[in-house]
Amino acid sequence: MKTIKYLSIIILFFGLFSCVKTKKQPIQTNPLEGKTLVQKIQNNNHNIALYTENGKFKVGYNKIFIQISKLDNSIVENANISWKPLMKMTSMSHSCPFSDLNLVDQSKSVFEGYIVFQMASNETEFWDLSFEYTLDGQNFQAHDTVHVSESLFKNIVSFTGSDNVKYLIALVAPQNPKIGLNNMSALLFERASMMSFPTLNNYSINIDPRMPSMGNHNSPNNEHLSQTNGEGLYNGKLSLTMTGYWKINLQLLDKNKNVLKGEDVTPENESSSIFLEIEL
Amino acid sequence: MVTKKIILFIFLYSFSNSLFAQDTDSIIGKNNIKELEEVIVIDQKDISGKHSKALSSLDNFLESNNAINMIKRGAYAWEAAINGMSTERSVITIDGMRIYGACTDKMDPITSYVEITNLSKAVIKGGQGGGAHGATIAGSIDLIRQHSNFDNSGLKGSIFTGFETNNLQKIAGAKLDYSTKKFYSDFDFTIRDAENYKAGGNEEILYSQFSKFNMSANVGRKINEHQDLSASVIYDRAWDVGYPALPMDVSLAEAFMGSVKFQKHHISSYIHHWESKLYFNKVIHIMDDTKRPIVPIRMDMPGWTSTGGFYSFINGERGKHNWKASVNGHINRSYAEMTMYPADVNEKDMFMLTWPDVSTYFASVFLEDNYYLDDNWSSNLSIGSSIQTNTINDSFGIESLRIFHPDLNSIKTRWLKNIGYSMNYYKRNQNINFGLAYSERAPSVSEAYGFYLFNSFDRYDYIGDPNLNNEKSIELNAAYSIALKKGFVKVQANYFRMYDYIIGKIQPGLTPMTINANGIKKYEALENANIFNANLSLNYNILKQVNASFRLIYRYGQGNDLPLPLIQPFSYGAVVRYEPNKYVFEINMEGALKQINYSTEYGETPAPAYTIFNLSASRDFSFLKQTILLKTGIENLFDTHYSTFADWNRIPRMGRNVFVNVIYKF
Repeated sequence: MKTIKYLSIIILFFGLFSCVKTKKQPIQTNPLEGKTLVQKIQNNNHNIALYTENGKFKVGYNKIFIQISKLDNSIVENANISWKPLMKMTSMSHSCPFSDLNLVDQSKSVFEGYIVFQMASNETEFWDLSFEYTLDGQNFQAHDTVHVSESLFKNIVSFTGSDNVKYLIALVAPQNPKIGLNNMSALLFERASMMSFPTLNNYSINIDPRMPSMGNHNSPNNEHLSQTNGEGLYNGKLSLTMTGYWKINLQLLDKNKNVLKGEDVTPENESSSIFLEIEL
Repeated sequence: MVTKKIILFIFLYSFSNSLFAQDTDSIIGKNNIKELEEVIVIDQKDISGKHSKALSSLDNFLESNNAINMIKRGAYAWEAAINGMSTERSVITIDGMRIYGACTDKMDPITSYVEITNLSKAVIKGGQGGGAHGATIAGSIDLIRQHSNFDNSGLKGSIFTGFETNNLQKIAGAKLDYSTKKFYSDFDFTIRDAENYKAGGNEEILYSQFSKFNMSANVGRKINEHQDLSASVIYDRAWDVGYPALPMDVSLAEAFMGSVKFQKHHISSYIHHWESKLYFNKVIHIMDDTKRPIVPIRMDMPGWTSTGGFYSFINGERGKHNWKASVNGHINRSYAEMTMYPADVNEKDMFMLTWPDVSTYFASVFLEDNYYLDDNWSSNLSIGSSIQTNTINDSFGIESLRIFHPDLNSIKTRWLKNIGYSMNYYKRNQNINFGLAYSERAPSVSEAYGFYLFNSFDRYDYIGDPNLNNEKSIELNAAYSIALKKGFVKVQANYFRMYDYIIGKIQPGLTPMTINANGIKKYEALENANIFNANLSLNYNILKQVNASFRLIYRYGQGNDLPLPLIQPFSYGAVVRYEPNKYVFEINMEGALKQINYSTEYGETPAPAYTIFNLSASRDFSFLKQTILLKTGIENLFDTHYSTFADWNRIPRMGRNVFVNVIYKF
């Protein structure tokens, strides 16, 4: 009898330890929830609030949310808006790749878009972000200087391909890399002129993540980036087996799988000429 | 009646199934029903003159058994392989307690966390017969704790010291036992400290030093004539341990084990003994590369395990049946990590989980019945079943493993079964035993959940697979022994046919993490593997005071038509003992033929043939109920430079070594 008692205690004990916790994801209603205000750009009629994940603009890909409000803080709906970033240097100006602004799903006031800043602001060179929007048939404008900070790791790469086209690849994800299989995506642009950066489709981007500090080893089961959805957007899988500094060697291929830029990593060739960096 | 009582006594004492107690002295009587159970006596109380080096490490004691090979990565913490199979396939327990080593590279087999002073003997069971403490294929070793009895012997003790010239090993320790009719307490400690050893030809083997401190205590209290309660603790700490065959050493290997045991005798005429134990243990293992001048990268690799569990068994007899039933369970948590420090200090440390905080929940039932058909024939049936659940507790670890196993579930439950049947025929001086068994085991923590575990033998990084099938084995065994007027002859053989044999397989196209490694291997299941073991022992009293013994061992292992690694080649040994009066003199020879079957796939090179000789002498001095035992000897007399199949990366073994052991008992 005692044995049975004993056994049942043990079974209970085991039962206690084998419970599994599951977390429920809260349903998101406000698209700005969890976003941080970077700054507000004001004109005589409205405030345009700019939000990002961490409240900053940095070199590279920035996903940006905006919301227009009147000066009494009432939110404006159903606007029609466009934007343009411009780098004002001492002798010249140039733009950078950016998307259109579109309303976030199920929202009438919050727009989303991205800007790929190519360089950081400094004392003499700065980014100017201008908006044009129409509300009830009336046109408005607003612009202001925005501060763009340096990124610690290389998240954009510009180069000229063997076809003499000037390209730009920007790392979109992972922004917060984790150990394991990360969804990776990147945007591909052509640097057509100082002001024009059209997205490019039907290419592919091969990845080869390496740890130069640890014998330049790579990680298994990566998936090269290919186009599945979105203008100029390429998706794949990036596996990171440990924390630390990873160099993601790249190769850009055209639709016929001809390599336009980038080399294989071999024992003799430690790195491709085009790469991105991640540290976690 | 008397015979029956003796039978009972032995049965209770060793949990073995001895029947023919009249032969307890001979090798035949010790293990007749289950030929596969053998006992190595360790306690100094009993061995007195028997073991040539009384203060040997436990590893040396274990190595004397024909079923056991000790895999060596240095001078310390050897890994006990049973029947040609590594520790994943066996269950090694300390007085029934399950303990998990905390090193991902098997630098701390649990046998390294005890000392000879903690133990009275090691009970070795081959194959499925070892299933009482967990799921095993190869067999089991249970290291039985030494303790006093309620025999009112008062205060007794011993002080001992030893020295070895080759590696300047210094051994010192003491034991103090106190016993009354209703109470006993024991305490002991041992310290060992050794420098680098020298192989034959005076070649210094760098990083082969070690230091170890071990301490243990027991208390026992008799509740009434048939019941008693006892508690036991062991604390073991090794530091500055070198592993010449590995790229790293160990700065700390520490274990604490504690248990409480209750036992009750003479419960009824059918039930003789009931014993239950609750236990807990914790192991910390910290690897260290700071002593190595040149390493590709500096790294820390600590590991922790903690295990809590219980067992409870009863045994008894009814009619012609002699039976035992046991249940046991344990919960283990294993965690190991690796941090690599980049040369550029501005870079973040590189960190990974090599054991992703894995919990093992294990519960098992094992039943055994001896049935005596008549005076000559008996049979043994044993059957067991276990449930094992593993969970990964660390999300970082789950994500890591999902790189290789995208659909990995953090929980995995397995059901393990085993059954064995053996027949024994005994007549006068002969004993024949044959058995058939089936058993299964779950993959080990490393095999299921290991993440980039570097194996310096084949130089591959190993990755676990949580979805591996259970490994299964069909085992055939047979033994024959005959007692002669002046000695005995014993032949044993067993054959294991294994399915889903777990072993690392090269993954082409993946590059290793470890610098200079050859590649990545993932644990996979070989369709089948075969292991055959055979050994022969002879013992003969040439003269009244002169005894000679001789042994031959052969093993063969093959998986998917390729040789398996770490399989002992044809080996031999011989001992001649001369025991005049209070002296014991011994000449010992051991050797092996060149290894013919070796596994190039696992980085093995053929171990060359060797033969070495050892000499020893000892003498007892007794006065006023006190004894001084003096033992001295020379190991590897001719300073042979050699290395065996069991030496990791063919690291050469110790050259000539002179030892002195002094034991004072009161």
